[in-house]
Amino acid sequence: MAMNENTAQTFQPIAARKAPTATEGPIAWIRINLFGDWTTALMTLLVGAVLLWILPQVLSWAVFRAAWAPDYEACRVDGVGACWGVVAEKYRIIVLGRYPFEEQWRPVVATSLLLFMLVGSCTRAFWKLWVLPAWAVALVIYFTLMYGNLLGLEKVETDRWGGLPLTILLASLSMMLAFPIAMVVALGRRSNLPAIRTVCTVYVELVRGVPLISVLFMASFMFPLFMPVGFSIDVLVRVIIGITLFAAAYMAEVIRGGLQAIPKGQIEAAATLGLSYWQTQRKIVLPQALAMVVPSIMNNFISLFKDTSLVTIVSLYELTGALSLALNSDANWRPFKIEGYIFIALIYFIFCFSMSRYSIWVEKQANKGRAR
Amino acid sequence: MSNTSSPKKTAWSWRSQAFRGIIYQLLAIGAVVLAIWFLASNTMHNMQVRGIQSGFDFLGDPAGFDIGESLYPFDSSSPYWNAFLVGVLNTLRVAILGIILTTLIGTLIGVGRFSRNALVRGLCYGYVELFRNVPILLQLLMWYLLLTDALPFVTEALQVGHIFLAKGGLAFPKPIWEIGHLFGALGLVAGAILGVAYRRWGYRKFEQTGQLRSMFWVPVGIFVVAGVLGWAAAGAPADFDFPAKGDFSIEGGGALTPEFLAVLLGLTLYTAAFVAEVVRSGIQSVAHGQNEAAAALGLNPGHVMRLVTLPQALRVIIPPLTNQYLNLTKNSSLAVAIGYPDVVSIANTSLNQTGRAVEAIAIVMLVYLTTSLATSLFMNWYNARSAIKER
Amino acid sequence: MTLTKLQTAAVAMATFGALLAAPAAHAGKTLDAIKARGQLVCGVNTGLAGFSQADSSGKWSGLDVDTCKALAAATLGDPEKIKYVPLTAQQRFTALQSGEIDVLARNTTFTLSRDASLGLTMTAVTYFDGQGFMVPTKTKMKSAKQLKGQTVCVQSGTTTEKNLTDFSKANNLNLKPVVFEKPEAATGAYFSGRCLAFTTDASGLSSVRSKEAKNPNDHVILPELISKEPLGPMVRRGDDEWFAIVKWVVYGLLEAEEYGITQANVDQMKTTSQDPVVQRLLGGGNEDTGKLLGLDKDWLARAVKAVGNYGESFERNVGPKTPLNLPRGLNNLWNKGGLMYPYPAR
Repeated sequence: MAMNENTAQTFQPIAARKAPTATEGPIAWIRINLFGDWTTALMTLLVGAVLLWILPQVLSWAVFRAAWAPDYEACRVDGVGACWGVVAEKYRIIVLGRYPFEEQWRPVVATSLLLFMLVGSCTRAFWKLWVLPAWAVALVIYFTLMYGNLLGLEKVETDRWGGLPLTILLASLSMMLAFPIAMVVALGRRSNLPAIRTVCTVYVELVRGVPLISVLFMASFMFPLFMPVGFSIDVLVRVIIGITLFAAAYMAEVIRGGLQAIPKGQIEAAATLGLSYWQTQRKIVLPQALAMVVPSIMNNFISLFKDTSLVTIVSLYELTGALSLALNSDANWRPFKIEGYIFIALIYFIFCFSMSRYSIWVEKQANKGRAR
Repeated sequence: MSNTSSPKKTAWSWRSQAFRGIIYQLLAIGAVVLAIWFLASNTMHNMQVRGIQSGFDFLGDPAGFDIGESLYPFDSSSPYWNAFLVGVLNTLRVAILGIILTTLIGTLIGVGRFSRNALVRGLCYGYVELFRNVPILLQLLMWYLLLTDALPFVTEALQVGHIFLAKGGLAFPKPIWEIGHLFGALGLVAGAILGVAYRRWGYRKFEQTGQLRSMFWVPVGIFVVAGVLGWAAAGAPADFDFPAKGDFSIEGGGALTPEFLAVLLGLTLYTAAFVAEVVRSGIQSVAHGQNEAAAALGLNPGHVMRLVTLPQALRVIIPPLTNQYLNLTKNSSLAVAIGYPDVVSIANTSLNQTGRAVEAIAIVMLVYLTTSLATSLFMNWYNARSAIKER
Repeated sequence: MTLTKLQTAAVAMATFGALLAAPAAHAGKTLDAIKARGQLVCGVNTGLAGFSQADSSGKWSGLDVDTCKALAAATLGDPEKIKYVPLTAQQRFTALQSGEIDVLARNTTFTLSRDASLGLTMTAVTYFDGQGFMVPTKTKMKSAKQLKGQTVCVQSGTTTEKNLTDFSKANNLNLKPVVFEKPEAATGAYFSGRCLAFTTDASGLSSVRSKEAKNPNDHVILPELISKEPLGPMVRRGDDEWFAIVKWVVYGLLEAEEYGITQANVDQMKTTSQDPVVQRLLGGGNEDTGKLLGLDKDWLARAVKAVGNYGESFERNVGPKTPLNLPRGLNNLWNKGGLMYPYPAR
């Protein structure tokens, strides 16, 4: 009986309440992030006003009023903005340095190969054992192409190498050579043997305490005084040795930080398993430590890449030096130095920014278990 | 029971770890000594063959060159060691100012990365990425180019009261040095010590009685008053050397040259990007629970940052921050490319005048090493003091 | 253990002994090294118009470059067998001291301190110069003494700095130097107006004004020459043979001008000239001056064929037809009113 009464009733919904304020969508994002409360809104207005004042002027100078053709007369016309013609005109000297004009395909090919190997080594596909011989072959091809004197290629002395290829060569070669040295020094610094610990500590503190300029100056000009009479080394080799020793000290500190973060329990467990010192390091400690410090090592690499700009003081014309070379001897284009600077700043930015995004990706991969 | 003593330890084993350790150490020391002997003997031999003179006696000779800007008047007949001292002071001048400014700017930007305003967050992120990824030498060169092009000629110099802005830099009235200024400086030092003592006393009183005292304005007041008292006690000298517009340049007064400004700006803005990242990672290292607990207690976001997050973040921030300070000091050596007379530039000039390359470079390395080692020692002490003690 | 220690000690002593027995100084062997290498390594300026500058395809030209070419022609027979090492003012002396280069032809002034304390020595003057000032024309300055208290852009590591200081002190001018590592930084700062004046050797001033000023007439070179700057190639001490070769190549080119031998007529003069002096210079007669130097007898003929005599080299690089437009002045031959007095090459 009660049920019969109930079945006669239809469902009467109550009046709908107003929908809650949206939290998704672009309008909501703007409201929350730009006008969340009155201080935020004030900041948005202030910063927005400043930006609206500056940005049109910058854009007008850099894009709308700019001269793009390689014609310096057009650039000197009144009211013209940036003169990107200087890039169009001089980009070959800026990017490739003093390398002989007809042979400039060689550094382009060689550097592309090196970049391919470098970028590839960053992806998972390359983290196999065949990578090491592949690198050896790639390096041999690289130096053959750059130096020549074989297979009918004309010989090009190392002091003609310049521009972006030289920057990439210096940075990557020094890093690769510095890595084993840094590992040994880092392990040595944590060793129980006082003599080895002292030697490694002295080396690291000495090298980290001086600016790269003095290391470069010493490497390139004092080096011949340190060698027996008649023994002469190429300038490029001297500079690479200097930069390698410099980079190794910084990397040793980074690796030492990683070693310090390994809990003592790991080493004690390895000892109970009967592993020797070197076995422990090779199988237990170093794999964990190195995985932890890859982002810091990438940071070191980025700094090294930027620091290669200092080799200009020893007359090796990498990217920054090649710009001075290109513009200083040519009075027609010299007033537009700032555009040249912006151009190579852009090149450095692209390289360094990509590397830093990569290091963030690696960090995320390594810390997948700890993300919150 | 028979008195069986434990078997005596057998004599030295050839395969024990201690023995191998000694051999390794001997080899390492031997290799290092060999290397140093090799380099040193070659150098001495080469220098003798080529007739290159050596020795540090040149430091007493008159320098024979002028220095563009220095903290105290430098004459070309002063000895070389005086020139090096001027260089060191110039380096310290730009380094200390740079460190202070970069800490301020870097902290602001680092904290700004956590702002609730997306524009501010984006701008801070853009700043950090832009200034971190371009080499410092390039930035210094660009700043110098912009400054020398943008600053007006003397005929159109900007003027605000007694301060001029022209190609020669920012000219300001310089106080003429009298003994009263020295007393004022001593008064400031005394004021600083008294201010710190007052804060200590204030904290003690707070813990005992719960009564809060002004921890900021009173010590600052003590600091300033002590300085003024010292200055007044010695005659209150107030003479200034005012700059005046000459035919070709601003004459008189003190000047912040474009070289100094370019180095300062370039170094500060570059290092601030790194300091911002250090501050950001420090703030992120503080456990989320701390922020949540502080919010649960009702603290507003500003207080949370100032009272809860930053003090804890400091432990993580200080070591890399000192590293950045060191980097700034070492990067100031690049000032030689844009004409600022720091110690590397002076060493370069001396090297060319006297030919003593090894000695000049050794002095430069010594200066930087001392600074770095002092900072390293401080950092190690701080690290040891604040590290989480593990077994 | 004792045994291993002894072994280690023995190895150490053997190595020390080997080191001490290192080869003695190879004095007098620069020429041998050049011949063995097949190439002359010449230290030059990174880019100074008229003296040593590379064009965009890498070919070097200039007065100092001509000296190198003449040397290469005289010693190796081919003026193109040269490796040019561009050096800044700071690097030049250490590069020569360390053996990286054979000769430094980089508009370097010869001074007492450079002679006495650097282990280097100068051969012969190729250009008599003096230091001067350049100011914008609109300042209407007529004399360097009007520069009281002004800023002067200068490059570091040169005699320029010291001369500037001496001049400033002697005339009570209180000049403020702004010192740059690289020459282009110094000239850049001057042209942007940072300094009122720019100072370097007068030849350098002309070079900079012609090459780097937007409008050369906007800048004027003040008349005072505040120093003597004899420029010439430098070599290391201890190798008298090489020193003699470089010196006599320079004098040889001057003698060639004195006796009317030019690049065009050197071959013809060698076979047909009746003047015994000319014959001796070009290796035609009985005396072989080349053998005395360690070269063959055509050494000077090859040098003149490569770069012409001194006058031709001067005209081609810095003379009135070039943008530098420098007068012979002090650099003319002694019998034409200048200071060039080549010693007799006999």
